[in-house]
Order: sequence, then C-alpha cells, then structure tokens
Amino acid sequence: MAFLTRLMFLTDYIKDVYGAVRSLLKGMRMTGYYFTHHKEIITEQYPDNRDTLKLAERFRGEVVLKHDENNEHACTGCSACEIACPNGTIKIINKFDVSPEGKKKKAIDTFVYHLELCTMCNLCIEACPTDAIKMAQTFEHSVYDRSKLTKKLNRDGSKLREGVE
Amino acid sequence: MFSLEGITGMIHEWLNNHFSPAMAMLTEFVLVGIAAIALFALLGLSLVWMERKVAAVMQIRLGPNRLGPKGIFQTTADTLKLIMKEGLVPDGADHFIFNLAPFVVMIVAMLILAPIAFAKNFQIWDINIGVLYLSAISSLSVIGIFMAGWASNNKYSLLGAMRSGAQIVSYELSAGLSVLSIVVMTGSLSIKDIILSQQNGWWIFKAHIPALISFVIFIIAVTAETNRAPFDMAEAESELTAGFHTEYSGMRFALFFLAEYINIFIVCAIGTTLFFGGWMPLHINNWQGFNHIMDYIPSSVWFFGKTIGLIFLIMWFRWTFPRLRIDQLLNLEWKYLLPISMFNLLLMTIVAIMGWHF
Repeated sequence: MAFLTRLMFLTDYIKDVYGAVRSLLKGMRMTGYYFTHHKEIITEQYPDNRDTLKLAERFRGEVVLKHDENNEHACTGCSACEIACPNGTIKIINKFDVSPEGKKKKAIDTFVYHLELCTMCNLCIEACPTDAIKMAQTFEHSVYDRSKLTKKLNRDGSKLREGVE
Repeated sequence: MFSLEGITGMIHEWLNNHFSPAMAMLTEFVLVGIAAIALFALLGLSLVWMERKVAAVMQIRLGPNRLGPKGIFQTTADTLKLIMKEGLVPDGADHFIFNLAPFVVMIVAMLILAPIAFAKNFQIWDINIGVLYLSAISSLSVIGIFMAGWASNNKYSLLGAMRSGAQIVSYELSAGLSVLSIVVMTGSLSIKDIILSQQNGWWIFKAHIPALISFVIFIIAVTAETNRAPFDMAEAESELTAGFHTEYSGMRFALFFLAEYINIFIVCAIGTTLFFGGWMPLHINNWQGFNHIMDYIPSSVWFFGKTIGLIFLIMWFRWTFPRLRIDQLLNLEWKYLLPISMFNLLLMTIVAIMGWHF
C-alpha cells in the first residue's frame, strides 16, 4: 500500500512537470508566432498616417445625432439620454410644433451636448429608444476656447422623420 | 580569412618587437582592459535595443523607431541622458556602500569575462578550473545587490535584495549541477578543453536526452540568477517599484542596468560554451562539403551567433511568462529543479561510464 501511494505521488509529480512544460511551450508558441508574423502589429503611427488611419469599429470619439439626406433625424425628444447620462453632458430643450390640424406635437428645439464633460461611456446611445444618436470616430477635439466644445447636435431646419414615435 | 586570433597575434608580435617583454605585457593588459570595457558598452547598447525590439514585436507593437534606422540610436540617447543626470544619494543612506555597490556588481561581471573563449585561441585567461571559477564568481554578484539594497535605507530595496539573495542561493545549486553534468562528460574543468571536446559534435547532440534536460535546467536557473522575468522578484516593478536599485539614479543606475545585460550575455556565453560547442562550427559527421563551408565562417561569428540565439531565448521567456510568487519560486527550485537535476546528473554519469554518447 505504501508503495502504491508512493507510485501515485511519482506519477502526479511527472504529470505536473509534463503539464507545466506543455503549457509554457504553448505560451511561447503564441509569442513566437507574433515575433515571426510582423503583419500582426496593430500600432498606428498616428501623426504620420493621418490619412490612412484605421480605427476600431467600437472606437468612441463623440456623440452625434444621425441625419439622413432629407435633413431628418429620429430624435423624439424623450430625454432618455439626458437621464441616462451620469455627468450631465446632454441637455434636451423641447418645443411644441403645431400641426395644420391644430394638434400640438413635441419635438426637439436644441440637442445640447457638452463634449468637455463627456466620458464616452456610451450609456446615452444604449438608452435611446429610437436609435437616433451614435458615437462618431472623430477624435481631434482640441480647441483654444472651451465654449466651442458645447455643441448643438441637431442641424438647423432639421425635423423628426415621419413614422418615428 | 578574418580571425580575432590573427589580430591579437599581430599586436603581440609588434609590441614584442618594439618594447621590452615586460613593457609589452603591461601594454597588453591595458589593451585587454580597454577591449573589455568597449565590449561592455557595446553589449549594453545593443542588448537593450534588442530587448526593446523583441518585447515590442512579441506584444504586437513597433518598439523604438524614431532615432536612426529602426531606432538603433535610441539606447545611445538614453545612455547620454543617464550620464548627464544627477546621481542622487538619499540622506539616510550609507554613502560609502551605496556608492560602492554598482561598481562591485560591474567588477564581478568583468571578472567572469576572464575565462570565456570568444573565438578560436581568443581567450583572456585559460585557467584549468575555468568552470569552477565561473560558478564561484557568478555567485558573488549577489553581494553587490545586497550592498545596494541595504545601503539604500529603503524597505523596498531591502526586500528586493533579500529576495534576490534567497533566489540566487537556491538557483545556484541547480545551475551548478547542470554545469557539472557537462564536466562529467568532458572530464575537464578548463573552458578550452570543454570546447575542444565538442569538435565532432556539440554536447547537446552528442549526449542527447540528459544533455537536453540539463540544458533546460541550466537555462531556467540562469534566468533566475540574472534576476530576469519570470524570476524578477528582486526588481518586481509592480510590487517593489524597482527593488534593490530603487534609490539609484543617473550613472549609478546605468551601471546596474548595464550589469544586468552583461550578466545575461555572460550566462548565455557559458551556456554556449557548455552545450553548443563555444566557437566550434556546426559539423555533421561524413558531410565533408558541408563541414568545409561551415569552417569558412569565422569562429567569433559562431560564438556570438550562438550566444545571441540563447539571449533571444531568455528574452522570449521574459516576454511570455508571468512572474512567479516568491514561494512558487522556491518550490520550483527545491521540489522540482533540484531533484530532477540530481537524477539527471546520475543519468549523465551512467551515460558517460557506459559510453552511450556519440
């Protein structure tokens, strides 16, 4: 019996060594692959390749309101993004359009976006029920005047797209 | 054909023709010293650059690429910066030991250089106990690290130094045993004899399995001895800021940094000498044409090529494996490497006695 336990110990020991060597070699194969395949390098030499810069799909630069070719957007002015924002970046100012039939309808007057306060957390985009806003890929935001960072996202004369409630 | 032996022979002859033998000897001493320092500076600059490049590519980055082609002058610029920086000594530090420590580390690294054969008949000092000398001197570098850690009067430095001590004391054993297994095969401690015994094949091929095991143990042990990741407990940036050289700045810091890379070069040179035939070209039995072509490559190129290959292997380790905890580190040595290397020494002795090697 004592012999058997000792044998068990020895097989476990050898298994340990084998497993360790195998997993270490697996790791070295990965780094070795990267070492021999230079096309895997993901560094962007930014100021040099400004024209051909490739950003990741999920890169978040700033919030924009999507407008189509008829200058229409999908923002109903529900303020869900404003409530979702953790640091008060968004302020929605609403107005009431009066339709020809005399019915009042809520619409946005100004979509105020404080880029200087935004942390690019993406919560507003997730909160939007009509998928009206998105994250843009622009990132060269530096300006000399802080007030330039407070933006109005809805374009002049734009209106709510038909059918979006 | 280019050979370092020819250059040294020419200098020796010229000196002896123009000066008295004593004067010639003295001049040669000075020349050897200058050559050693030049080699150190060159190695420091090129190995740091190599490390940064290897690390970058393994982490899918580009690495230094601004200063000179592929950034090769980056390390020169860094060294210039370090030379011009102020070498600060903390108020509570033991000034004398604090200033002495980097030099101790450097001098130890220089001493190890003595018996290493860089090319055919190109060796500073061929002593008959070469391997013993190497293992004796290489364990001295821990004293420099201890001095630095203690004199800094800083808990991080002291912790780093203590860890380094525990590490070197334990890994010295398995490094020594794996070196011993090659000594068993050659029957000589002299570096020159060990290289000459590999004329018909390097030990890693001739002594097959046990040599391979002892090479693996050797490379693990020397990685630990040079305090490099995954065994960089002495420095452990994320735990001890920089370990024993936390308080050092300017040129004293540069000396520690340089010593680290010199030590890597030296242990890789020892590994090359023991397992890969030092400056011996690659010979395959009965392939006369192939062997002749290999002979045309200068022996210094062979030596440095193999050494840089081993250095690359150690860098590969560093940029792949995570750091061990201190107890895991000691477990690895005392429970795994030491028993295996003892068993391997026994195996090697049997192979040597029975003549099962090629």
